[in-house]
Amino acid sequence: MSENPKVKKLKRTPLFNAHQKLGGRLIEFGGWEMPVHYTSISDEHLAVRKAAGIFDISHMGEVSLTGPNAEKFLNETLTNDVRKLSPGQGQYTLMCNKKGGAIDDLYLYRLGAEDFLLIVNASRITADVAWLRKRLAAFADRNTVTLSNASNKTGAVAVQGPRVQEFIGNVIPGASVGGTQVGSVTELKKNEVGKFNLDGTEILVARTGYTGEDGFEIVASSKKIETIWERLLAAGQPLGLKPAGLGARDTLRTEMCYPLYGHELDEKTTPIEAGVGFFVSLDKGDFVGRSVLAEQKAKGTSKKLAAFNMTDRSAPPRPGYPVWSTGPEAKAIGTVASGTQSPLLGLGIGMAYVPPAFAKAETPIEIEIRGKRYPATVIPKPGARKPIDPPPEQPIDPAVEP
Amino acid sequence: MANVPADLKYAKSHEWVRIAGDTACIGITDHAQHELTDVVFVELPPVGKKIKGGEACAVVESVKTASDIYSPVSGEVSEINQAVVDNPGLVNTEPYDGGWFFKVKLSNHSELDSLLGADQYKAQIGG
Repeated sequence: MSENPKVKKLKRTPLFNAHQKLGGRLIEFGGWEMPVHYTSISDEHLAVRKAAGIFDISHMGEVSLTGPNAEKFLNETLTNDVRKLSPGQGQYTLMCNKKGGAIDDLYLYRLGAEDFLLIVNASRITADVAWLRKRLAAFADRNTVTLSNASNKTGAVAVQGPRVQEFIGNVIPGASVGGTQVGSVTELKKNEVGKFNLDGTEILVARTGYTGEDGFEIVASSKKIETIWERLLAAGQPLGLKPAGLGARDTLRTEMCYPLYGHELDEKTTPIEAGVGFFVSLDKGDFVGRSVLAEQKAKGTSKKLAAFNMTDRSAPPRPGYPVWSTGPEAKAIGTVASGTQSPLLGLGIGMAYVPPAFAKAETPIEIEIRGKRYPATVIPKPGARKPIDPPPEQPIDPAVEP
Repeated sequence: MANVPADLKYAKSHEWVRIAGDTACIGITDHAQHELTDVVFVELPPVGKKIKGGEACAVVESVKTASDIYSPVSGEVSEINQAVVDNPGLVNTEPYDGGWFFKVKLSNHSELDSLLGADQYKAQIGG
């Protein structure tokens, strides 16, 4: 075994001490010192699929945009249609450059008529805020929009799994005080967000996640987040809740074919290529990247994201592995973007960029692992790996990365 | 606390060696399997392959990552553990028994002197 040398000053979330206390194995992720697992990735993954898991997502960024023209500004900057959001609702969306390349994928919440919250990827906070500020400086109504980056004073946790609804109401009791009006937190529907009062402090609770399971994401001040983490752990552990690290977060989202920025998405890859065109609203008026995205939607793209399962038992596919076509004229056709062993299937799974002709379900492909090629099959997205799922209401429903 | 049997030799790279006559049996330590967690795949060298001490000659994969396994000794691979290929979880559950990787017919006995004893390996892993 080889060991990773680690040095460099890493950022810590307000839950760092909690992770140490729980014996979390800490690694570097996007400049942050984060738990990769506490017991093991498989153990935590299966806890989320069968009962519940709690994740620290405090490293993610929170950017607030408010003011009379915040909606207009965001609608010209993001791909999804902001006008569809009523106060108390959230949507998955992307922020693209002029060439349609993804600057980030994110969740946008409308907290009030003129009050928006963007939850962005940890590794993209700096790039996102710089892009938003640049866009805002060029926005005619810039004096009526206020941007503030609250990432450093905000903590967040995700609590995910089929049993979460049985205990979350004990930790966050009472009716909402803002956002979606509900009598209790479990009345929130998917993608709805409410403000709740916890010990006299306002917190945000959204019914969203990045695992494919029912669950909630909670945003609170750095000071409050550890209390929430500890209360959720205490309330959920009797039902099988486990603390879960970034390792399980990654295997869970890979099973669901949710993109992760830096793997499936980057500034040279468009939402159309990444298969999240459902979240690109071409009929809402102009927005950054629209012309390229419209052309790609009409004429197609040269590469497309395909999900695949290894056909036989093999070493797990990993990011960067070459993808081949099959047969006597086999050739290299692409690269694995994300790949891992599925703890649920006990099989190698992944996503890869390939020419569209190879992205159709049932297409046989091969993954090159340490110089040898192993058979794999393209599968339909998303969630095809989770047979217990009800049919999806939308083509794909990714939240944001870890 | 990781189990470090007193009767084995160890490499700094977390492999163990059990000597029986001219043959060295090689696996990875309890500490190593604990660090890896969830071993899901093991790739072993072919029988008959000549390997050098310190050479990467096998791969162990956990859910998260692939790690090279280095042979602590030189010689020819005389036997591999098909059971661990079929059931990689043995590396986690029985790292010193059913989870062994391969056996090497030693070509240079003096290499054994440079391996770590149990106490030295314990000191290395902070146990």
